[in-house]
Amino acid sequence: MEHSVISASNFNAWFGDNHAVKDVSIKIEKNQVIAVMGPSGCGKTTFLRCINRMHELVPGARTEGMLKLYADDIYTMNPIYVRYKIGMVFQRPNPFPNLSIYDNVVAGYKLNGLKIPKVEMDHIVEKSLTSAALWNEVKDSLHKKGTFLSGGQQQRLCIARAIAMEPEVILFDEPTSALDPISTSSIEALFHELKANYTLIIVTHNMQQAARVSDKTAFFYLGELVEFDNTRQMFTAPKDKRTQNYITGRFS
Amino acid sequence: MDARLKVRNTKSIVFKSIIIFLAFVITIPLIIILLYIIKQGVTQVNWHFLTHVPAPVGETGGGISNALLGSIIIVALSSLIAIPTGILTGIYLSENATTRLAYYAGLCVDILQGVPSIVVGMVVYFWIVKPLGTFSALSGSVALAIMMLPIVIRSTEQTLKLLPDSLKEAALSLGVPYHRVILKVIVPCGFAGILSGIMLSVARIVGETAPLLFTAFGNPYLSAAITKPMQSLPLLIFNYATSPYDEWHNLAWGASFILLMFVLLLNIFTKLITRKWNIQL
Repeated sequence: MEHSVISASNFNAWFGDNHAVKDVSIKIEKNQVIAVMGPSGCGKTTFLRCINRMHELVPGARTEGMLKLYADDIYTMNPIYVRYKIGMVFQRPNPFPNLSIYDNVVAGYKLNGLKIPKVEMDHIVEKSLTSAALWNEVKDSLHKKGTFLSGGQQQRLCIARAIAMEPEVILFDEPTSALDPISTSSIEALFHELKANYTLIIVTHNMQQAARVSDKTAFFYLGELVEFDNTRQMFTAPKDKRTQNYITGRFS
Repeated sequence: MDARLKVRNTKSIVFKSIIIFLAFVITIPLIIILLYIIKQGVTQVNWHFLTHVPAPVGETGGGISNALLGSIIIVALSSLIAIPTGILTGIYLSENATTRLAYYAGLCVDILQGVPSIVVGMVVYFWIVKPLGTFSALSGSVALAIMMLPIVIRSTEQTLKLLPDSLKEAALSLGVPYHRVILKVIVPCGFAGILSGIMLSVARIVGETAPLLFTAFGNPYLSAAITKPMQSLPLLIFNYATSPYDEWHNLAWGASFILLMFVLLLNIFTKLITRKWNIQL
């Protein structure tokens, strides 16, 4: 039987006493773009951070229920291995300021002390930067610091850094909320390219963005997964009243 | 209305003038001290001065090689003790700021910073000199290391606290284990700040006399044995400046000049290095 890439069943997460994610069950299939949307504080980012076990780094964080990568329980795997397999791109571009563009791309290898021949390393850098649509802009300045790039370029550098590890899934936590419209559209265009090789889960505040880029959309409200369906279906004929209210802007 | 405006304007001009005047006034003693030491000391310094031990009373010539070597050894040894310990403690304090241990450790660091240096010297005397039965460079280094610790710890802690969490998250999300996140990302990004703390602490202790009085004690001969008494620049200055002989006074002036130059260069060097290594976040 074919497994979903990520599947959750009755998954819960807490921050101390705050029950942030409630009984979420979801199946995410391979090579799709999943948008996760909902009002602020609805638990969407917390859910995302549970998938690569970043949530547990916050003091007082706790989880319950089953979350799987293919057939494996994410919460019995080594978190380091989980994070190899599930990459993440953050809200604000966060390239390593002490590393060059080149070293930023292969940071996952270098910081882990994995020894890789130079030729192969060069190949990984070119391939990852090409996939992140950044190669042409930076190929002549690979040894400059990553922080010299513009915000949009930095974010694509962070995407290249995630791609370089060849993960199964890449999580995006509001990846364009700190960027200007031009950078945003270049990153949205990138999502279409990336889904050929990866499964993308994108948390976004922006409904238009969810509609533009995703195959399926999950709507979170007050910690619950209210609805999960094809994006087109969701935006034209939502099944749940709350989804409809959110989409039509009756609450935010 | 105009008159009131005028009064206000005059007030702020007067205020500004006072500030500028005072800032100027406080630099005068500093400049006088510097010039005086340079004037008295610079004529003493030559190659012979740097490579010879002090001459006995009545003979001319002689230098401060024993004190120079002693200072280098004692400071190097204290750095060896204080820098790794200080950096690791600083990392702990910045990473676990909310724990009870961090609270009390931070309190101890603050108190340690306020302990008079002569008290540190006395404690080390009872800890190390008495049990070993001899004054030694090692005991002097321990005393100076204790003086260094709070500066290294606080500067490391403050530097690392300023780094954004997103940096740590970026590394963790790539599957980098925690110790490597600290050693390969957090510490290198805060390197400039940590280094300037180290430099400051070295500049601070190199001139400390009190803790060395009954630990390293001093030694008129050239010695590199860390379990034996050892001379150092501040000790030499203290002993020779209080002696009744003019030759020895000159030696003390020369040593003061060398010490001053060392601290001055260390400060300039720190400024340059932090500028070069400073990381744009």
